[in-house]
Formats: sequence, C-alpha cells, structure tokens
Amino acid sequence: MTEFAKRVRIEIVRMLVKRGFGHLGGSMSIVEALSVLYNNEMSIDPSNPDWEDRDYFVLSKGHAGPALYSTLALKGYFNKQLLLTLNEPHTKLPSHADRNQTPGVDMTTGSLGQGISAAAGIAKALKIQGKENRVYCMVGDGELNEGQVYEAIMFAKHHKLDNFVLMIDENKLQLDGFTRDICDQGDITRKIASFGLHTLCVNGHDEAAIKSAFDEARAIKGVPTCIVLDTIKAKGVEFLEGDSSNHHVRMDEEQKRVLLDLANKWEGELA
Amino acid sequence: MSVKLKKEFKTADKEMRLTYNDTMVKLAKADERVVLLEADLMGSIKTSGFQKEFPERTINIGIMEQNMMGVAAGLNIRGLKPYIHSFAQFATRRAFDQLFLSLGYSQLNATIIGSDAGVTASHNGGTHMPFEDLGLVRLVPNMTVMEMSDPVMFENILTQLNEKDMLSYVRIVRKDTLGVYEEGSTFDIGKGVVLKEGNDATIVASGIMVASALKASEKLAEEGINVSVIDMFTIKPIDEALLHEYADKTKFILTCDNHNIIGGLGSAVLEALESHPVKVKRLGVKDRFGQVGPQDFLEKEYELTPDDIVKAVKENL
Ligand SMILES: Cc1ncc(C[n+]2csc(CCOP(=O)(O)OP(=O)(O)O)c2C)c(N)n1
Ligand SMILES: [Mg+2]
Repeated sequence: MTEFAKRVRIEIVRMLVKRGFGHLGGSMSIVEALSVLYNNEMSIDPSNPDWEDRDYFVLSKGHAGPALYSTLALKGYFNKQLLLTLNEPHTKLPSHADRNQTPGVDMTTGSLGQGISAAAGIAKALKIQGKENRVYCMVGDGELNEGQVYEAIMFAKHHKLDNFVLMIDENKLQLDGFTRDICDQGDITRKIASFGLHTLCVNGHDEAAIKSAFDEARAIKGVPTCIVLDTIKAKGVEFLEGDSSNHHVRMDEEQKRVLLDLANKWEGELA
Repeated sequence: MSVKLKKEFKTADKEMRLTYNDTMVKLAKADERVVLLEADLMGSIKTSGFQKEFPERTINIGIMEQNMMGVAAGLNIRGLKPYIHSFAQFATRRAFDQLFLSLGYSQLNATIIGSDAGVTASHNGGTHMPFEDLGLVRLVPNMTVMEMSDPVMFENILTQLNEKDMLSYVRIVRKDTLGVYEEGSTFDIGKGVVLKEGNDATIVASGIMVASALKASEKLAEEGINVSVIDMFTIKPIDEALLHEYADKTKFILTCDNHNIIGGLGSAVLEALESHPVKVKRLGVKDRFGQVGPQDFLEKEYELTPDDIVKAVKENL
C-alpha cells in the first residue's frame, strides 16, 4: 500500500466509525485507483475545483463517496476536519456523491447506472468544444447490471470518445453477495472489449499497473479505453475482505475499536 | 374493517421488512403462484428467509429495476403473482415507463412494494429519498396506491392483495415504525379509517404521518381543540364519500404527507373535494429534494412533526 493510499484508508475508517455505519467495502476497493487519478493522472487544481481546463472524474458508483471525499480532502480541496461530518445534518458530505455539495465532485450520483452517461456526455461536450481535457469514470461491477451502462458504452464507442476512460471496479461483490451468483456477467473484460472499447484488466491495488494502464489509454486514439480493475472489496480491512456482507457495515462498539486500532496502526507505519 | 387502536405510541413489535418476509412466506405456502422479485436489495429488505424456503420462487434479478418490471409482466402472463420490491424511488421513478406500459397499460398485475418512504430513507440522502413516488404511481390508470401505517396493516393488506387481481403499489417504511393498530385489526382497501372524532378540523394522513397526526391531536385536545383523524391508507382510489362527510362535519381539512405536497395524499384529497368545496391545507414536503440526516432531523427540516401539525391546525382554524 502506498503512503497516500494508506492515508486515504485511515480517513475512510475514521469517518465511517464516527458515524457508526457506511459503505465500507466499495470505498476501500477503489483507493488505489483514486490515488493514481488524483496524484498522477488527472490535470486538476484543488484550489479551483471548477477550473474549466481540469480533467473530470465521475464516481458512477456514488455510494463510495467516503473514498472520494478522503482523497479530495487529502489533495486540499477542503479541510480534512470536514470528513467527520459525513452524513450529519446539513453536511457537505452526503453518503452519495453530490456535485452541488462537495468541492471537487463533478457529478451527482447514487442511482446506479447514471453516472457513466453523464461522464460520456462531458467527454462528448469536450470533443464538440475542441478541448483536450479527459474524463474518467468509475463504475461498480454490480452496477454493470444496469442496462444504461451499456447504452453509455455504445455511445462512447460510436462517438469515438478517446478522451473517456471507463474504470470498472471488479471487486466481485454487490449488495446481496457475489455478482456471479446474482447475475453471472462472465468475463467482463471480454464483454466490454466486444463493444469495441480498448479494454485491459489490471490489478486494481497495484498503483504502478494502474499508471501504465492510464498511459496506454492516452496513446489510444479513436476509441475509449476501459480499464477493468481486479480488486478486493473492503481491501485493507482484512477481517472484512471477501465477506459478502461488507457492502454497508453497521458497526458495534467492538468493531469500531478494531477499525480504529487498524487506522492507528496504519498511521504508526507512516511516521 | 375492524380496527383497534393501540393505547400508546411505541415502536411496533416487528420491523416492516420482517413483516414482509414472514407474510410472504405464509402466502407462498398457501399459493404456489406467489413469486418474489428483488433487485439486489434483499439484504436491505431481509427476505432471505423467503429465499431459503422458496428458492425457485425467488428472483433476485440484479440491479435492473426496469428489467424487473418487464420480467414481472411476463411472469403474470403465465399466471404467476409477482411481488416486486425495491426502494420506493427505484421501484417507481427508475422503472416508470416499464411499470406504466409493461404492467399498467398491458393490464397485467403485480404488487409493487416501495420501501424507505420519504424521510425514512434517512442517511441514504437525496438520491434515495422518495418524495414523488405516490405522485408517479397515481398517474397509472387503474393502479391501486396505498401507504402502510404499521406492520399490522401491512400484513393484512398483503394478505388481501393476494386474493385480488390488480396492479398495486404499497409504500412502506423499511425498518422500525410506530405501532398504530392492535394485532388482528383488518382494513378495507379503498376505505379510510376514522381514528378519532372531533368537530374542529379533520386531519387526513397516511404512513408515518398517522402516528404524528394522532400525537398532534392529543396536544390539540389539551388546548381544547378537537380534531378528527383519518388514516387514508388507500390513496387511490381515495375514499371520496368519507372525505365529503368530514368536509361537511368540520371546518377544514388538513392533509399530512411524508411526500411532496404536489402529487401525494394532499393532492388526491383536493381532487376528491373538487365539487365539494371545503378549506383544505396541505402539510408536507414543499416541493424540495431529499437530503441526508437522521429521521428526526429530517422531520423537523421538512416541517412534518406533530408540532408542525398542531401549528398548521391552529393557523387555519
Ligand atoms: C438504481 C439503483 N438501484 C439500487 C441501488 C442500491 N445499491 C446501492 S450500492 C448497490 C450494490 C452495488 O454493487 P457494485 O456496483 O458492485 O458496488 P461496489 O461493490 O463497488 O460497492 C445497490 C444495489 C442503487 N444505489 N441504485
Ligand atoms: Mg462490486
């Protein structure tokens, strides 16, 4: 785990423990991807979140808000103290990502399947406007159940949106269990490739691998790229990894203590 | 109809979702046409008991609400009885054209359960907080639209629905709710339930607003204001005769919606009184979106508390 990824995970744990519940699994599985996006890949200015020439990120699996908020806070979009207000009355950090609430959030999401269309729309607008900015979108593997995802993929391909990078967080789980048990989607990489996207699959917890995938995407012209991230839901919280009920965790006092100990241990490793 | 009110307001013995599971198990045992459809929210509505008992009649379709409506239509073409659940906004808004055409217009039947009514969606926030679901389904011709006040009513209505062939929407709280009715109470679909008689005003409510209206009525009584309270759990077809009767009996009618004041119970009541004018005031969410927060905060934020009801009655007397 890189130092940044560790810091993000510490913040996720602390914000969820503060509230006592939240979407832990799907937040933890995208930490490395966010780390590479916000540290290496995207052109951003945290002091000017609405900068016209920024690259865009749409978290289509909007319930992973805590991972995005932690990343944005650590990048300086807003004060880290704000993280502990997750889901409080009148918070700027609601459980699902909201473009009107949080500096740095580019699209409002939470109803699965919708973010990817908006992301494709941003990419198309940039093409119409003759701009070089790029658009990144994170979709869950359960979210792939929604037909709208495939409508957006066909749109992005047809319109040759090579400024569009679709990431799929293949953590193999959705809310009710393993994706293969609910509606087996087969080989996701092959499936998306068959739609004509330049598609590759990398270890979603290996930042170097994610980086080179983004480099490859930049070199591809005329078609969008899809990066399937092979990930572990709840990555880092070992006792919840692979647990099919790690989607939304409601913690008892004991679990809170164990999680805070884990965050403190990670913090110790940083010092 | 035979109802008995509980004497005090306490959390009902059973969560609404457990009532759903247990009632469906009972119905499925007696009727092999019963099929349960879920869209990756079984964990949230806790129907794993049903699944264990009737794996072949449980379809957890995946995160595909639109497909779920269409598949339900197909199941009903073959004579099966689909019970569909999702969070209220996904069961209606997300799949509305499929609900409207594949079920409604095609004259096919199903029971659609929309959970996490209004502010009870709490920490799931604006994307998940249905203030429009009743308005949407009221626009489907011939669809029966109901909102459940507590587990006793929910069990009774589910049982009755299984004996009927109709397309219905049943809006519920998903977890704990206050108990309103004593065990064994029964209800008539399409008939409002008069819970309290008083000549000064009539409060018409559904869902969580029923308990709030009853609490408000107690506070008002302490100040010498006596109101009638009606649980109008069937929002469509609404009990026009009862509304007309209370329009004549009392000075004005206050409707209470855990929903946008546009399109919900309040609108339905106004429409029913079109040719029977009486002063009507609508208390509810004033054309706003949802947001995150605990339910008690949200009830204050959207002015849905018993105190808000008291205030609205006094202002309009
Ligand atoms: C349209 C819609 N239906 C249902 C839900 C409820 N829901 C929230 S997260 C989730 C599971 C998502 O699974 P996946 O996309 O794999 O997310 P991850 O594993 O990354 O958390 C469901 C069903 C929703 N948010 N939107
Ligand atoms: Mg997943």
